[in-house]
Amino acid sequence: MSAGAPVLDITDFSVVYRTPGADVRAVNQVNLALHTGEVVGLAGESGSGKSTLAYAVCRLLRAPALITGGSVTYRGRRVAGPTDVLQLDTRELRQLRWREIAIVFQSAMNALNPVLNVRDQITDAIHAHLRMPRRAAADKAASLLDLVGIPRTRLRSYPHELSGGMRQRVMIAMALAADPEIIIMDEPTTALDVVVQRDILAQIVELKESLDFTILFITHDLSLLLELADRIAVMYAGQLMEVGTAAELHHEPAHPYSRGLLNSFPSLHGARRDLAGIPGTPPDLRHPPEGCPFVPRCGYSTDACRTVDMHLERVASSPDPEHVTACPFVLPRTPAPERLSAQAEQEFRA
Amino acid sequence: MTANGSGEHAHGREVVSAAAARGPLALEAVSISKDFRLGHGQVLHAVRGVSFGLYQGAVVALVGESGSGKSTAARLLAGQERPTSGEIRLDGAPADLSTRRAFRRYKSEVQLVFQDPFSSLNPAHTVRHHLERPVRLHQGRKTRAEVAREVTALLEQVRLVPANQFDEKYPHELSGGQRQRVSFARALAAKPSVLLADEPVSMLDVSIRLEMLSLLDDLRQRFQLALLYITHDIASARYFADEVLVMYAGEIVERGPAEELTQQPAHPYTQLLVASAPDPDNLGGAPRTAAATPPRQPAAAATAERGCPFSPRCPLAIDRCRSDDPALLPVSPTRAAACWRLDVAAPEVVAAGREGAP
Repeated sequence: MSAGAPVLDITDFSVVYRTPGADVRAVNQVNLALHTGEVVGLAGESGSGKSTLAYAVCRLLRAPALITGGSVTYRGRRVAGPTDVLQLDTRELRQLRWREIAIVFQSAMNALNPVLNVRDQITDAIHAHLRMPRRAAADKAASLLDLVGIPRTRLRSYPHELSGGMRQRVMIAMALAADPEIIIMDEPTTALDVVVQRDILAQIVELKESLDFTILFITHDLSLLLELADRIAVMYAGQLMEVGTAAELHHEPAHPYSRGLLNSFPSLHGARRDLAGIPGTPPDLRHPPEGCPFVPRCGYSTDACRTVDMHLERVASSPDPEHVTACPFVLPRTPAPERLSAQAEQEFRA
Repeated sequence: MTANGSGEHAHGREVVSAAAARGPLALEAVSISKDFRLGHGQVLHAVRGVSFGLYQGAVVALVGESGSGKSTAARLLAGQERPTSGEIRLDGAPADLSTRRAFRRYKSEVQLVFQDPFSSLNPAHTVRHHLERPVRLHQGRKTRAEVAREVTALLEQVRLVPANQFDEKYPHELSGGQRQRVSFARALAAKPSVLLADEPVSMLDVSIRLEMLSLLDDLRQRFQLALLYITHDIASARYFADEVLVMYAGEIVERGPAEELTQQPAHPYTQLLVASAPDPDNLGGAPRTAAATPPRQPAAAATAERGCPFSPRCPLAIDRCRSDDPALLPVSPTRAAACWRLDVAAPEVVAAGREGAP
């Protein structure tokens, strides 16, 4: 996977939200690299910090969010030398956003302007970011719709006249407008029906093959990522718990949290499995616990977990040197624990 | 859409529901339809001639995409809307919703849980308030202490423990999963025999969904609830339901035991749904577009006015499909499908059905 320097390199990256009581440690010491042409999946529950991470990387967050440490280095084909995203001024950020890194936002209904039709919507964006004359921008808008499979007759439609799937396609068309190097997709299909979801995913892959961009795909649905992503990063309570190829995460997951996620979704294909899910709820990030944040929900946990220094280490048994986990105690072959997690036991007795 | 040939008023009712083995019939929809007038003389047939039963202690899943009419069906069963035609029968008698008193009596038997726990709870009221009201309304006269005991018991039933940590909280202080538990508790406060759950977990994280479904399953067992589980996620229906009904454009196009139907779908639409579900074993392979869709055909636009509603999207459609709407007919003692081309779409299912027939 690591052919050459990564197109986006996130190192020791931390973000907090300032609140009156205490800082919320939304993203904590995250290390993640995207290589050209890769689909990297970022999986985690709501509140795990996955969207915060993605937006902070584009410097899209405003106060009370604050980037407290780390670096983000971008190495695009069209820019000279590595760019330190965190040092850019407003004008340079404008150059970076959309042209180099584009985002497909989660809720297309909220992200699109309800009083602009599809053509004006896309034309505005192209006009603003590429300084293209309006007429040329309108032509470009039409050809972008072709690209995502929306008939040109829809150029005059307003967002409320489009189905959920079509709105999401318009969002994707807008992201593609400036031929970006990286597209960040934040739960692009979560609100959609399975059939539409599959169509859009297939199209994303098709577009990626032909236009050659890199994807960071954010979702809480790991089952989707296993099929779509080359590599998967599992995030919990603001930290990365495990990073590995889709195949390794599926067959040889190391971290107990990854195992829990894999055991959470019912599958249509293959024999019926026993499903366990993950009992309990994520910790309050204003007062994160010492050691591993997953301890209260983890069936493998011991006292040592409460003092462990959380950082990603290579999974020794894995053939891939880039398969890393934050849990030093559990390995892919470690048998499943007998007992439930501490939190689950407490609930169970009640 | 009643041009279903002649004399087939039974609409697949000759199939024995896979849920019937669990317990006696509780709530029954008999050929119910609901039309909405859209103005300009246009009518939307949201639900068309749908029949099925809910049984004590059993889970029936109603699966379909948005706009297929599954939520309307739930609202009809809950008494929130009146059917344009057809009948709803509770414990064998036609549902009486004529007066406020009768409506309340009906509601104390049939309760609805909504999809969105963020908007179905009142942000200005505590958890206790949300539960006290239905207890007072549906459980007759009670002293203040009795009501308080009942509220505590309800919170414990949905595993919000210890109860005294939750009862004074406001909805915004709870996580999505906890809010949905409050919704369940509120529905249970009426001591219903039937629970209609409209996409109860689709707004929740994948990791929490399973826990919520197992809670629902636990409540079903404990109170012998007749449960209708509405979802667009057919994979969860496989694990959770006894019988699955697949709805498309207001009609039930296929029904059968959950495992059989999901592993060997007969109707082309069910086949499309199953093929579209994420398949983790298809690792690294780019997601295939399920073969049956003509690419990018929006479902709503592709509903036929005549003939089989699925025919515009169906790869097997022939002229007959575009002119006549197929009735839901049995293919085995427990399965039924509405399709003219079953012998091509699912020859194994048809063959197995013939062998299995007495």
